Parts: sequence; C-alpha cells; structure tokens
Amino acid sequence: MSVPRPIRTAAFYLLVAGIVVESVFPFYYAVTTSFKSGQAIFRVDYWPSSFSLDNYAAVLGAGHFARNILNSLIVAVATVALSLALGVTASFALARIRFRGRRMLLFTILSVSMFPQIAVLAGLFEMVSAFRLYNSLLSLVLSYLIFTLPFTVWVLTAFMRDLPRGIEEAAIMDGASPFVIVTRIFMPMLWPAMVTTGLLAFIAAWNEFLFALTFISTDARRTVPVAIALLSGASSFEVPWGRIMAASVIVTVPLIALVLVFQRRIVTGLTAGGVKG
Amino acid sequence: MADAIAERSALARFVRRRGAAAILFLAPMVIVLAAVAAWPLARTIWFGFTDASLDNLPAAKFVGLRNYFHVLTLESGRHYFSGLLVDPVWWCSVWNTVKFAAISVFFETVFGTIVALVLNAEFPGRGIVRAAVLVPWAVPTIVSAKMWAWMLNDQFGILNDLLMRLGALSHPVAWAASPDTALAAVLIVDIWKSTPFMALLILAGLQMLPADIYEAARVDGVHSVKVFWKITLPLIRPAMLVAVIFRTLDALRVFDLIYVLTPDNAQTQSMSVFARQNLFYFDKFAYGSAASTLLFLVIALVTIGFIRLGHLNAESER
Amino acid sequence: MDISRSLSALLLAAIALLTPAGAAELSIVTGSVGNDLKDTRALLAEFQQKTGNTVDIVTMPSSSSDQFAQFRLRLAARDADIDVYQTDIIWAPQLATHFVDLSPYVKDMASDEFKAILASQTVDGRLAALPMFADAPALYYRKDLLDKYGKDVPKTWAGMATTAKAIMDGERKAGNSKIWGFVFQGASYEGLTCNALEWIASQGGGHIVEPDGTVSVDNPKAEKAIERAKSWIGTIAPPGVLAYQEEESRGVWQSGNAVFMRNWPYAYALGNGEDSPIKGKFDATPLPAGEGEQPAGALGGWALAVSKYSRHPKEAIELAVFLTSAYAQKYRALKSSRLPTLRSLYDDREIAERQPIIPRWKKVLENAVARPTAATGAKYNEVSSDFWTAVHNTLSGEGSADANLELLKAQLLDLRGGGW
Repeated sequence: MSVPRPIRTAAFYLLVAGIVVESVFPFYYAVTTSFKSGQAIFRVDYWPSSFSLDNYAAVLGAGHFARNILNSLIVAVATVALSLALGVTASFALARIRFRGRRMLLFTILSVSMFPQIAVLAGLFEMVSAFRLYNSLLSLVLSYLIFTLPFTVWVLTAFMRDLPRGIEEAAIMDGASPFVIVTRIFMPMLWPAMVTTGLLAFIAAWNEFLFALTFISTDARRTVPVAIALLSGASSFEVPWGRIMAASVIVTVPLIALVLVFQRRIVTGLTAGGVKG
Repeated sequence: MADAIAERSALARFVRRRGAAAILFLAPMVIVLAAVAAWPLARTIWFGFTDASLDNLPAAKFVGLRNYFHVLTLESGRHYFSGLLVDPVWWCSVWNTVKFAAISVFFETVFGTIVALVLNAEFPGRGIVRAAVLVPWAVPTIVSAKMWAWMLNDQFGILNDLLMRLGALSHPVAWAASPDTALAAVLIVDIWKSTPFMALLILAGLQMLPADIYEAARVDGVHSVKVFWKITLPLIRPAMLVAVIFRTLDALRVFDLIYVLTPDNAQTQSMSVFARQNLFYFDKFAYGSAASTLLFLVIALVTIGFIRLGHLNAESER
Repeated sequence: MDISRSLSALLLAAIALLTPAGAAELSIVTGSVGNDLKDTRALLAEFQQKTGNTVDIVTMPSSSSDQFAQFRLRLAARDADIDVYQTDIIWAPQLATHFVDLSPYVKDMASDEFKAILASQTVDGRLAALPMFADAPALYYRKDLLDKYGKDVPKTWAGMATTAKAIMDGERKAGNSKIWGFVFQGASYEGLTCNALEWIASQGGGHIVEPDGTVSVDNPKAEKAIERAKSWIGTIAPPGVLAYQEEESRGVWQSGNAVFMRNWPYAYALGNGEDSPIKGKFDATPLPAGEGEQPAGALGGWALAVSKYSRHPKEAIELAVFLTSAYAQKYRALKSSRLPTLRSLYDDREIAERQPIIPRWKKVLENAVARPTAATGAKYNEVSSDFWTAVHNTLSGEGSADANLELLKAQLLDLRGGGW
C-alpha cells in the first residue's frame, strides 16, 4: 500500500477511461464516418466534422437494403418464435419430469450447440436444395434452429428447475393436464426467462452469416450481414465506405439499444447458459 | 381416507400422463434437432467417405478413406501420399486456426479479467461503464469486421494516422492485406469484439464470491495483488474456465471475420475457410466434407479435453 | 393460452412470408468486373426500355475465387431466381451442364467470332456461353531502352532474355541499380498457370492436358520451357517475382524499373496515364516463342450464360444476346477499351480512331491459346492449382522440372480417374 491514494484513484479512473474509449471508439468512428459525404470521407478526423445524411439516403433509397432489414427481422422473429415454442415444452419435460436418459439427452442437446456450422453445411446444403428451399428465408429459419434451439432449451431448463414445486402440485391435484400446467402456470412465471433467451436467440439469428451467404442467391432475399458484406460501389476499385458505415449504423443502433435496455436480463441469460452449463 | 385414495390415484394417473406428456413435449424438439442438426452432420460425415461432387450429390459413391489418406505410385517407382492427413494446406489452416484461437482467447481472458475487476469495484458512473463495455458485444460480427477494416485501411485508416502521429510508424501499413499483419488484424478485431463476453462471465463469477474472505484479508493487511492471486483467481477459476471453453470453441470455427477482413489470405485461412473453399470452389465436395468432419472431431476433442480438465481441477481442489 | 395462440399466429404469418415467391423479373449476376458495371447498367437500361423486362443486378463478393464458388452453389441448387450469369471464359466449361445451349443464337455471328474464344465456350458440341469481351496478354517493351542499346524487338524467349540481360547490365553499370530485365506473374495462383502455359505452348510443349484428355505436361519440351523460366529468376527477373500478380509486376514496370513485362491490355492504358513515368516510352508486341514456333498468349475474357433453371428462358436468352451483340461490344470497346470478340469490330473506323490499341491487339488474340478448361471440365480449378504449384516449386528451386512434372502427371492422372 505504498502508492498514495490519490494516485491510485487517478490510475483507476485512467483505466476506466481507457476501457470506455476502447469499447466505444470504433462505433463512434463508424457513426462520424457515416455522416461524411464526398471527399470528406478520406480525411481522418477524430471529432465529428460534418453532418450529411447522403449515405443514409443512398443506402435506404437505392438497392434492396430496406428489404434486407425486413428479411432479417422476419428470419430472426420466426427463429425466436419457433425456438421458444419448441423450447418451452421440451424444457418442461427436461426440468420437471423424471425419465431415463434425461441427463444424456440434455448433454446431447448441449453438444449440438457446440457444432461448428461448417460441419453441417454440406448436409444442410443437400437438404435445402432437395426440398427446393434454396434462396428462401425458410431455409435460414430452419438452419438457425441448430444454434438457437439447444441454447433456448438449455437456459429454459435451468430456469424451470428453480421454479417452486408447490403451485404445480396444487394444479395437479386440481386435475390439470400437463399441457395446461405448462401454458397456464409455467409460461407466466417463465416470461423473464423467455424474454432473455428470446433476445439472445434474436441477436444470434440477426448476426448469422455463413448460412445466409450459402443459401440465399438474390440481393432482394439477403439478410443484413450478407448485404453489408457484399455492398459494392460503382467499380471494384472503389469501396463505398460511407454507405457501408451508414448501413452498419442502421443495423447496429437497434441492437445496442436492445442490449442496453435489457442489460441485466442478457447478463443473467449468458451466465445461466454459461455458468450453470 | 377416501380423499387420500382419490388423491393418490389422481397422482398416479398424472404420473402416467406425465410420462406420455414427456414424450409428447420432447418429440417436436428432438425431431427438429435431428432433422436440422444430426441428419446434416451424418450426411457431411458420409460425404467425407465418398467421391461426391457438388453438381451431382446423389451419385456419390463410397471410396473409403481415400479423402483422408491415400498412396500413389509413380511410374518411376516413387511413392506419393495424398489426402487430407498429408495435405500441407490443410495443416497450415489447422495451425492458423489454433494460433488464432490460442492468442485471441489468451488476450480476451486477460483483458476480460481486468474489465471484470473494474466493473466489480464500486465507483460512481459504473452503470455507464458497464453499458459502454457491452457495446462491442452488441455489434454484429460482420459490422465490426467492416468497421475495423475501415479503421485499418492502409490509406485512409485512422489507426495508421494515429500511429504515425505518435511516431510508432514511419509509413502506413496495409494491415489486412499484408501477409505479415493479416493475422494481427483479425486478432485485434476478435479481441475487441469478444472481450465483453469474457468480462461478463468472469464478472458473474466475481459477484458470487463471499465478501467475508475479503474482509478477513483486509483485516490481516494482505496486499491487494496477493489477494487477487491467492484468493480471487482460484475462486473465479470455474467461471473463467467456462468462458474460456465457450470462446475457444467459437474461435476454432472462426469464419465470417476472416471472410470479410482478409479474404484470400493464406496467413489467415482457417479450417472453416479451407473446408468451404473445397466444398464449393474446388470440385472437391467430398474432400471439403472430410475437412468439415475433421474440424468437428477437433472441436469434440477439445470439448472433452476441457471437461476432463474441469473435473481434474474440481477433484484436486477437494 | 393466448400466448401459444399468438405464437402460432406469428408463426403462420412468418411462414406465409417465407415461402419462395415467383419473380416476374430477370436477374443477372455480374462479377465485379471493375468499371464495366457502369457500361452494363447503361446497356441494361436500354434493354429494359426496348423489351419492357426489368433486370436486377445481383452483386457478388469481390474475390474472384469466391464468385466462382457462389455461381457453383446457385447452379448446384438449381436456383430458379437467377437467369443470366456473367462468367470468366475459363469457368463456363466447369458449369456447362447447368447452362442452356446457346449455339442456335450465335449462328449469324459465329463466323465473325474468334475461333479460340468460341471453342473455349463450346462443351460437347453445346455453346455454354456467349462471348462478351476478350483479354489476351502481350510483351510490353521499353522502346527508348531498346533504341538506346540498338536492339530489335525480340521474337524468341532466348532473344528476349539476352536483350533483357544486356540492357539490364548496361543500365546497372550506368547507375540504375533498381532495373530488372523482365517481370511477369510468378505468384502461385491462376496467373502463373497462364504464364507457364504460354512458355510451354510457345515452345512446343503442349497444353498441359490436350483437348482429347491426354495428360501431356510431362514432356522434355515442357521441362525445358520451365527450366528456362527458372534461369530468369535472380538473373533478369527479380527474386520477388515469385510473389507477383498482375499489379505487382505493373508496379515495377510502370515505375520504369523493367525492360520487359508480360501483362494484359489494361496495363497499356494505365502505362500511358498522365502521371506515368514511362508514358510514351513503351509499346507492346506478341509474346516471344521458341525457335521456329508460334507465340501463344493465354486467352482470357468474359461471357454470358443462361441458366437452365431460369423461369424466363426466352427473355433471358434475349438479354444475353443483346449484351453480347456487336452493338454492345462496340459500346464497351469505345467506353472502356474492352477487346471485342467479333473480328469485324477490329476494322471499325470509330473504334480505331478513339481506341487505337484495339485494332493492334487483333494479332495477339489470334495467337491466343485456351487453358485446358474444356478438356478437364469440372476439375479445371484443381488441375490449374496442381499445375501452378508444380511450376512454382520448380521456379523457387524445390525440385527439378523433371521431377515436379512427373509428380504433376501422376496427380493429374489420379485426378482424371476414369475420365475428366
């Protein structure tokens, strides 16, 4: 404890400032770049220097970007809805009903979420083209279940185990069927957990790239990550950085807002998936 | 008495119904997972043992281990080995991936621990800092790759500008394009993006620590650095290990970051990139499937290894 | 209960939105072919006005190998949403089975097309794609330096090497320590396949794999050709040439540090750009050949193919025909000095006036050789990758040409299996 207190405090706040700047600066820089137009883009500025919405108008006005956002929304919402619908009932069985091979099943499900996407790509491609799902959003929804479903089941099971047994037993005495128990009694209590897992599944589906790159062929059906990755300029020698940054900001701002609003929920969700796993 | 009997039979009925319900409740999820995960994985493994070509998958014929290892005899009597197991390009991509995973996870753990310790301290404005730390995690991978590609741009990038102002660089560096710095570029972006995840998991571990130990240490006048190494670190090790497992598995299958940031760069070709190239670019669907299978095996082995490690750790502490 | 009901309603709504809808418009996939996108847009606008069909351009990754992967994926999945594909002429044979036979639509132009180009797009008697524009390399040389040392423009590889050495030594003695004799593309990639094929074919060593499918690459003449190229490294060519692609060699050349360069026509316009140090000091000629042999430049270019799985084949063919017509080719030649694939355009007065380099390239194109894409079909990418690896190993001193070509032959035979 030889270092004087004021110096220690100063050092601490310096560290804090460093962490904040390092975390936020790249996004801040993307925002300032997106507001520049013309040649101003090629000048390095540390502070906001111009404010022009040209890039935003260009991104949303021409091409399919607005459509791409809608595609991403449809895919992410459908994926979340399917995973929750399948996940809630399955996790009820896994958390509340004793049967042989339950642990084994739980571990198998968890191991699916470890699958490298590339390992299922060849088989999925065969399936997608066999069912004529190529270039359809449905192909994405189905393939995204590979990583959203195991995660949903895992976290919901962990939450469901912690719910009190009393209410459930009372309902059993009243002769309620398991289905009624799940939908009437558990679902209301599970809302927080469902919001958390739904949010995490939404983010995962919104960000997915490899399957979207492989299973979608036309610009109009692409999801946002692929659209941004393949956004091109008038020539191959010119990268439209301004528009790329504008597109990036458009898709990231809602996500950051979601994450900040649901901060606590997300942290619980991640740790439930992680620490309890 | 009658009540009790009625109760018991209701319970018995319920238990029977519950058994049926368990199957009913699990079936949709199991069927879906089997269809979208197990079946495609099985097909990928199968394709690895065939001569499948992308244009004509149904015509795939079984060829045994040919895609993995196979000997050719030249006219001059020389032997030539081919197949994935002796393919230098494959091993190079394995090495790239392992290097990437090791370095990125190491730095993410170190930085994640620092950030977690900061967030665990009480200070005004902690909420804002926690929110700021979450930002990189919320940015989609593709977007962060593009954002950094712009910052790392050789001519207009802010990083070159900054380093040259500080005198650390004498001339601009083409971070993503040059073979010497491509891996560094990918690492910078990955560490930036994933440190928050590490920090959050480690922070959760920190918050579960009992306060009285620290109180005791403080009373005994133990130096805070010593407290960290002797008390904090051992106690948060389980949480850390989980975070490390998750990140390692993620890093081993890295694809999108490299695809966007450093395409066509041999120094950053990962196992996933290699497999995809063979699947779709070369007419080597089978070979690519074999590579995918190996990647799956690698990840499975690492997972098992980590679980073992976790068990050993847990036992040695007992 | 209402939760599950709203969930399922949501699901139904989502599924309704998700099912593939029939497209009433055409889609064309164009690679990132530089400034050509602008020309294509202008031509498409004309087409839309003329026919009333709308055309959507599908963007592609910038890396050419990934573009090819994306094409292959769409075709293997029998994607009905893409109608027309713009293909590198070396790709068409690998993808031919997925394309409509366009031979009925080229009839009146067939006699005007360069034979080699048309042949490269013909697979099993079917025309896989309509040629759009061509590309062929030349030997660039420094007029001023050749004049200074009283040398003629070389016609043979041996002559080129001697001239290069003489001028290089002379210039170095005069104090220009950076000058080299010859730069080409020696990195291990498709460009090296082009370069090495040119060395071999112009010295009687065949075409790696012959049109009938024979693997011919393991022969003494090919060995000699590659050994000759190896002798350039470090003597007339910089050791770094083993990592050069087109732009790196142009960099050395355009800063005035090379006497000769092998490159594509685009370097001509750039070398004569306003701020170019070698502006007006150079010219281009057909590549050298062996004694008594014909020069052989690798044939490049782009073509348009129509997908078999298109929902609107009639309109798609119409579009491909329009974009490859003499009218469209002339437009491209005038606007961005793209080499037409129709011979008659090389006599066009307007083109000769506004883009004088085009008529002069006719001879280069006539001598161009195709890479063995037609013979090797779907396996071309691997054949090429094995070939450039063998050549690169030889050039960098890992094994003799003799040993490397023997190995290459075995690999290719193995790859061929029962047939290409």
